[in-house]
Amino acid sequence: MISKPKYYTFADKQDDELLLDCGRSLAPVTLAYETYGSLDDKKSNAILILHALSGDAHAAGRHHSDDRKPGWWDNTIGHGKAFDTDKYFIICSNVIGGCKGSTGPASINPATGKPYGTSFPMITIRDMVRAQKRLIDHLGIEKLLAVAGGSMGGMQVLEWAICYPDRIRAAIPLATTARLSAQSIAFNEVGRQAIVSDPYWCGGDYYGKKQPTNGLALARMIAHITYLSDESMHKKFGRRLQNRDNYSYDFITDFQVESYLHHQGESFIKRFDANSYLYITRAMDYFDLSAEKGSLKKALEGVKARFLVVSFSSDWLFPTYQSKDIASALRKNDVDVSFCEIASSYGHDAFLLEAEQLSPLISGFLDSTYKGAFL
Amino acid sequence: MNYVTLASNRISLKNMRYDLQLIASLVESGNHVLDLGCGQGELLLWLTEHKKVIARGVEISEEAVRSGIASGLSVYHGDINEGLADYADNSFDLVILSQTLQMVKNPHMVMDEMLRVGKQAIVSFPNFGHWSVRLHLLLQGRAPKTTSLPYEWFNTPNIRVLTIRDFHNFCAKAGITILKEIPIIFSSPCNGRIIRLHPNLMAQYGIYVLSRKKH
Repeated sequence: MISKPKYYTFADKQDDELLLDCGRSLAPVTLAYETYGSLDDKKSNAILILHALSGDAHAAGRHHSDDRKPGWWDNTIGHGKAFDTDKYFIICSNVIGGCKGSTGPASINPATGKPYGTSFPMITIRDMVRAQKRLIDHLGIEKLLAVAGGSMGGMQVLEWAICYPDRIRAAIPLATTARLSAQSIAFNEVGRQAIVSDPYWCGGDYYGKKQPTNGLALARMIAHITYLSDESMHKKFGRRLQNRDNYSYDFITDFQVESYLHHQGESFIKRFDANSYLYITRAMDYFDLSAEKGSLKKALEGVKARFLVVSFSSDWLFPTYQSKDIASALRKNDVDVSFCEIASSYGHDAFLLEAEQLSPLISGFLDSTYKGAFL
Repeated sequence: MNYVTLASNRISLKNMRYDLQLIASLVESGNHVLDLGCGQGELLLWLTEHKKVIARGVEISEEAVRSGIASGLSVYHGDINEGLADYADNSFDLVILSQTLQMVKNPHMVMDEMLRVGKQAIVSFPNFGHWSVRLHLLLQGRAPKTTSLPYEWFNTPNIRVLTIRDFHNFCAKAGITILKEIPIIFSSPCNGRIIRLHPNLMAQYGIYVLSRKKH
C-alpha cells in the first residue's frame, strides 16, 4: 500500500484561530494527515487513528515502494487487518506541536518569519483533539465510526469521547490512562531535563544551527526503557555482550542492551525535533480528566460512544489499573464498555506489537458497531 | 437499524448447553441482561440475535473475553465482584449466574449484589443432593465424583457444596423470593429433561429465577 502525505491548513483567516487551553491561540494551523481505504457514500465508515508521543500521520503503508519500514501501525491497518481498509476509511493526522508536518515549535511563526521555538504556545491533549476535529469537519464527516489509539493516542480518544460525544460512535483507548501518574510525569521531566541541559538547546532557539541531539537521544533512551518490561528486556538482551566475549573494564558499550538504547537514541534524533518532545511530553503531564469536574465519573458523564478498553499485563508505564479506572468510570455512567487485559511480556509497547491478540478484538468491536448492532 | 450478522449465526439453541437453553427461554425480548461468568458469550450472542436483548458479560478468562469481544459482545475482563460494583441499582432486568455459584467465595454478597443491580436473577448450580452423589459417599466413603462433577477434592473449583434444599433455606433466610424453580438432569451436554418429583434427590442441577422479597 502506497500512502501519500496530505496537508490541511485552517485558522488562516481572521477570527478563526485555534483557541488553546493555555489561553493563547494558534494561527494558521496545518495538519499533516494520511488516509487509507475509501469513504463510503453515507460517510459512515471513517475511523480516526490517534498517534502516541513519537508517532506521526504515517500510520500504514509506505510512501515509496522501497521504503525500509512501513507506517507505525501497519500491522493493524490495511487490507484484511483489524482496521480493514477494504471496509473502513482510516484517517491519521500528526498532532499539533509535532514535527512531522503539522504546526509545531519548528514551524515558522508568521509574525516573526522565524521558527516558533519556545515561543510556541503550550498545548494540551484537548488542543490536539480540537485541531483534529477541524480536519474531520473539513473532510465532511459528521460522525466518525470510531476513534482509536494507544498511549497518548488513547488520551486523545478519551478527549474525543468527552468533547465531541455526538461525533463518534465508538472509542478504542489502548494502553492508556485518564490521568498521567507522578511516575510518568517524573520520566517526562527527566527526558526534558536531558534536552534543556544540552548546551546546543539554546533556550529552544537552535533551528539552523547545531541541534541538541545528545539531549534528545538521552531523552529517548530513558523513555524507551519505560516502553519495555523487565521480562522483555531479559528475553531480548539478557546480560549478553555486544560484539565481544569479555568485559572491557571500561565505559564503552559492553552490553547488548546498551547498544540497543544507543541505537534507539541515534535513530530518534534523525526524525524528531527536541522542542516538539518538550511540548508533547508537557501536554501529557497536564492530562488529567478528573481534574476539571472532580472525578473521572463526572468527566465521562456525557459520553455516548461505546468503548473498547484494552491494557497489557506487563505495561508498567500505564498499568492495567489505570485502564480499569477508565472502564469502571464508564460503567458507572452506564456506557457500553468492553475491557480486556491482554497477557503480554512486551510492556507498554505491547499495543504496537501484540497485533495478533489485539486484532480480533478490534475487528469484532468495529464490525458490531458498524452494523449498528448494539446502538 | 440494521440487525446484525454476528457469530451468533452459528449458535443455534439446541447446540447450547441444556441449562443455557432453559435459561435462554426464560429471558424476555428486549431485556437488559448481565451474564456473570459469560464464558465465550454463547448465551448472550444467542439472546442478542434472537431476543434483541442488550447484553453485557463479565468473564475472568482472558481467552474467553477475547472471544466474546471478537464476536461483537460487550464483555468485561474481571471477577464477578468487579463486575457488579459499578452498576447502579436495577440497572438490569436480569442478572445471570450459571453454574458459578458453587465456585464463589462469598455467595451471600454476590447474590445480594445480583439482586441489587438486577430486578431479577437467574442462578444455576449443581445439586450435591442428587442420589448418585449420596450413593457415592455412602457406598465408597469418598468425596463425590460424577460425570457432571468430575473433580477430586483437591482440584475442584466447586468450593461450595450445596443441595437444592440448602438453596431453599438460604433464600428464605436471605429474603430472596424464588419465582421459578427448574430442576434438571442432563442426558448429554445439550440435552436433558426437567425433574418434577423429588428434585433434591433426582436433579443434577437447579435453575432458579429469583427476586428480592418486597418488604
